Amino acid sequence: MSPAIIQVDVIIPTQTRYLDLIGSIGEHIAKEVDSYAGDREALAYHLNLVLTEATANAIKHAHDKEAKDTVRICIHIEEKQLTIKVYDHGQGFDLEAVAKPDFDHPKENGMGLFFIKTLMDSVTYTQQADGNVLEIIKYL
Amino acid sequence: MNFKLEKLNDCQVLTIQEERIDAHNSAALKTELLQLVEQGDEPIIVQLEQVRFIDSSGLGALLSGHKQALVKSGKLLLVNIQQPVLSMFEITRLNRVFEIYGTINEAFAAQS
Repeated sequence: MSPAIIQVDVIIPTQTRYLDLIGSIGEHIAKEVDSYAGDREALAYHLNLVLTEATANAIKHAHDKEAKDTVRICIHIEEKQLTIKVYDHGQGFDLEAVAKPDFDHPKENGMGLFFIKTLMDSVTYTQQADGNVLEIIKYL
Repeated sequence: MNFKLEKLNDCQVLTIQEERIDAHNSAALKTELLQLVEQGDEPIIVQLEQVRFIDSSGLGALLSGHKQALVKSGKLLLVNIQQPVLSMFEITRLNRVFEIYGTINEAFAAQS
């Protein structure tokens, strides 16, 4: 990984009240990415959304009964690439098994990962013994 | 979830008084919408003018209300959606599922 222009590392309790904070960080960061030639306002919304969805997902999959459980979110920005990593300690899930939404018969759930996959350039989920990591890349 | 509920022109008008709908407050929105659907058969109009951010759980809460209204032969309409929020309906094609109006008066006119 090239040296970071900006790196943000946040650890939050597994509570949804912190989603606003995480999303807002993404929104502010989008405004600092000078090299981005696209629509900066749209990027701000998309980073807010992707961070909100990824963090909410990690909170949902966390061990509910462990009040000490946390989610760690790392945002790493280089000149041409933004990488988000969301670490959780839950049971994990199979990213490939998450179906694309059926647009003719929409369901209430399952749109979060669809947003992440649609708005970003690469998404991987790796399960490891010491925790799981959802890695999201957006080329700038 | 902060909101204002009014009865106007034989419609239940729910004005969302939040800038953000996400997994922290969407369950409350879903509960409120389901209660409104249960309570009466007037059309429900959800005003989203103040909302500048919605996530998948917020869309899911609105979709839940919409589906339940259909089951009860009722209606759930959305009005005053800001463009960035509307984009989320477009990406998920939910703009084809919901009845969406630019203003509340357009929504009233469509009911008469």
